[in-house]
Amino acid sequence: MLRFLLRRLLFGVLVLWLISIAVFVLFFVAPHDPARTIAGRQATAQTVALVRHRLGLDQPVLTQYGHFLTRLAHGDLGYSYYNSEPVRSLIFARLPVTLSLTLGGAVLWLLLGVSIGIASARHPRTLIDRASTVFVLGGLSMPTFLVGLLLLYTLFFRLHIAGIDAFPGGGYVPFTQSPAQWAQHLVLPWLTLALVSAATYSRLTRGSLLEVLGEDYVRTARSKGISERRVVYRHALRSALTPVVTQLGIDVGALLGGAIITENVFGLPGLGQLAVQSVTTQDLPVIVGIVLVASFFVVAANIAVDLMYAVLDPRVRRR
Amino acid sequence: MSTIPFVAPFIAGRSPFRLAMARLRRDRVAMVSAGTVLVLVLVALAAPLIAHLVGHDPSTQYRETGLTPAGLPVGPSRHFLFGTDNLGRDVFIRVVYGTRISLLVGVVSTLLAVALGIVVGVTAGYFQGATDTVLARFMDVVLSFPFLLFAIALVSVAGPSIVVSVCVIAFFSWAAVGRIVRGQTLSIREREYIAAARSLGAGDIRIMFVDVLPNLVAPVIVYTTLLIPTAIVFEATLSFLGMGVVPPTPTWGNMLSDSLQYYQVAWWFILFPGLALLITTLAFNLLGDGVRDALDPATERLFAEE
Amino acid sequence: MTDDVLLQADDVAKYFPLRRRGPQVRAVDGVSLTVHRGETLGLVGETGCGKSTLARCLTRLTDLSRGTIVFAGRDITRLSRHQLAPVRRDLQMIFQDPYGSLNPRRRVGSIIGDPFAIHGVAEGRDRQRRVQELMERVGLNPEHFNRYPAEFSGGQRQRIGVARAIALRPKLIVCDEPVSALDVSIQAQVINLLDDLQDELGLAYVFISHDLSVVRHVSDRVAVMYLGQIVETAPARQLYEQPRHPYTAALLSAAPVADPDLADRRRRVLLAGDVPSPVAPPTGCRFHPRCPKAQARCTVEAPALTARESDAGTHLTACHFPVHNVDELVPR
Repeated sequence: MLRFLLRRLLFGVLVLWLISIAVFVLFFVAPHDPARTIAGRQATAQTVALVRHRLGLDQPVLTQYGHFLTRLAHGDLGYSYYNSEPVRSLIFARLPVTLSLTLGGAVLWLLLGVSIGIASARHPRTLIDRASTVFVLGGLSMPTFLVGLLLLYTLFFRLHIAGIDAFPGGGYVPFTQSPAQWAQHLVLPWLTLALVSAATYSRLTRGSLLEVLGEDYVRTARSKGISERRVVYRHALRSALTPVVTQLGIDVGALLGGAIITENVFGLPGLGQLAVQSVTTQDLPVIVGIVLVASFFVVAANIAVDLMYAVLDPRVRRR
Repeated sequence: MSTIPFVAPFIAGRSPFRLAMARLRRDRVAMVSAGTVLVLVLVALAAPLIAHLVGHDPSTQYRETGLTPAGLPVGPSRHFLFGTDNLGRDVFIRVVYGTRISLLVGVVSTLLAVALGIVVGVTAGYFQGATDTVLARFMDVVLSFPFLLFAIALVSVAGPSIVVSVCVIAFFSWAAVGRIVRGQTLSIREREYIAAARSLGAGDIRIMFVDVLPNLVAPVIVYTTLLIPTAIVFEATLSFLGMGVVPPTPTWGNMLSDSLQYYQVAWWFILFPGLALLITTLAFNLLGDGVRDALDPATERLFAEE
Repeated sequence: MTDDVLLQADDVAKYFPLRRRGPQVRAVDGVSLTVHRGETLGLVGETGCGKSTLARCLTRLTDLSRGTIVFAGRDITRLSRHQLAPVRRDLQMIFQDPYGSLNPRRRVGSIIGDPFAIHGVAEGRDRQRRVQELMERVGLNPEHFNRYPAEFSGGQRQRIGVARAIALRPKLIVCDEPVSALDVSIQAQVINLLDDLQDELGLAYVFISHDLSVVRHVSDRVAVMYLGQIVETAPARQLYEQPRHPYTAALLSAAPVADPDLADRRRRVLLAGDVPSPVAPPTGCRFHPRCPKAQARCTVEAPALTARESDAGTHLTACHFPVHNVDELVPR
């Protein structure tokens, strides 16, 4: 078990290292004038020269990379020219927003997806199942931003006109300031994030559960007289959920993508909004910082999921 | 023995594909979807013709007729089938032109991704061993990463454009294809006819092309049809965030992005591009589902018919 | 004598690792055999004795863990794929599974034409003509060359496999259970086909099967295999009438006999226990745990495959106490 953990950790470190190289090459080596690229297209010649000096771009590539890594190790992610503050503090200021959004959204999509999946697996071919099939089809075909726009239009705008101000159209209220308002502002974003993925997960759960319900040991349980409810929840669900857990691990990256879109639709001051803004303002140190931080989270999440999977299924450990 | 004619009359076998096409033709949902896709392709090809017939073009701002005296967009009417946008441009024509971008980027990037995925997948699955381990892990890593974020990063360095969009989308889609192709190749490789080919003296390249690839065609076709809508959505998302095709070229994504500011006064701004996007992706998804069922009736349908 | 030896295998062994390190499956463990031009060597044994693995070793579809194989005077043991290509024109294989050995997505004419394509022997019209000749030779309708394997029956598919194998007029064909997957009536047809082809083309066969009666019918000489080793080799008639190895005797006595009266009078040799695992074969003679005649020497010393003084040099047995009369083995 320990060896498995160690191997996984080493692989994760390897991946992070390779990404740092890729990022470094992309931003500092590939462009013909990295200083100009980093400083941005709107920068003056002075700024460019300053950047070149600060980043030591006149030194050999390997030395530059060495400095880059050392700075990273110290948590120094560079300096944002547009915002005039260290990238690190920018990121940390916005992290809570993105975390609230992604974690809440993930919880919602799991709950929604799994329960719909269970419902349609338990009552195949009925109205519930058909309705959920339509839901799934819609979810698979709708881009996240479209869902956000539609929710914005219906649940915010139309209600607003009608005098009901249940769901705000944007903005963020920190949890520490007012939990109720925090949640209220996040409902539409959560729904946006969740609906599309809930569709995939409900289909996955339905398929997996149907397969498990067809197995012999479930038939045995039923013939023993155990109620259908218990059969599903106590016996079948555990094995049916394994593919869902695996999928979740794979989808951590997708979660981040969804967050970027949602933050932009609803004007939430999180990392996603920052990322998009930085492209427009050509604030490349910020982008580099976000990419590195995001990669770190993704790798960590993947390792966590792998570990959980190894705990649940001992066969994985021996590989 | 000497009575064999040199050229025997051509008796065509009922190839697996002919059977599959027959199955597909019987599937109403798939046929409707296929028809929709065909209409979309025609619309995209005929865009300039349509613009000519209607008398408007996608970039012109019709300030006189297209905007109210207060400067707000005009709703759907006889002149402007889908209304106008905030600059007085004809939404209908823009949606029509947007079809071109969506289909072009969607199809081209998918084809690139599939080509790359096949090459890597077959190499990994056929040669196995160290090559396979490295390639498979690499694909897993690419798959696990936040596509959108990395796409944004790439665009920030290269600048937004249609070519960059195509490349970025292809770069993030190939790994999914590669994984599937690898899996298929792994199982094909164990079949006895591969051993038979080797016992005849066939080299690896020949076996890969002549024996492995034909067996990959079916899953690849299915996956391609299902990958196209993902690529279209990806492109729309990039355009929505301002990272895709550059204005004033209309794409559904950047139209929807503009609509964010004006939806309160112009509902048609969300509806028509949104509907176009939805119909397109739905059609490809259903078609892909039908194709998969036609080629392998054993898989479970998304939209099971009675 | 030596120049009509077509294939000579010496101490061939093939081991498969179970995990990355640790015990290995000793599928073939020291097999030596000889095949002469134009003869049929039958190879008989139960499932799991290593016959198929041996077939793959002989045709060099896999590398050997040990031993040498000399084919037509050339040592092919360590040749690379590239070097083996010309050898493959003369050394062919027919597979067991008529459904798996043909690529379902290719037309039959293309499959049969593979040897011509691979070795650059014939192109276009010429190739098609030759393919159709082959089809007719094996009893298929040459007009069907554009059909897919799925449109043929099991017996017909095996014929396709045969056509593919004889395309380049090989000298030796290794047949790995070629009729085991077919119905009995079809088996006879395919066996007769192989027989005719042997006469016509001067082919040699290594005919592998678990079915004793089939092997008896087709073979000139027979080798019996047990747990990765050959335990007895003899001309067919001698083997069946006077088996020397206890295992052979047991196998023969278990073969079904049609006439009920004969069956009653037959004496059954019963073996104890199951076939041991090829991962950890028994010490000494591998057969000793199940042998009715086993003695102390058998647990320690592995017997060599040699001719007994009483027989001519053609009957080889690997046993310390060969059988002279089957009655010795039958319990009172």
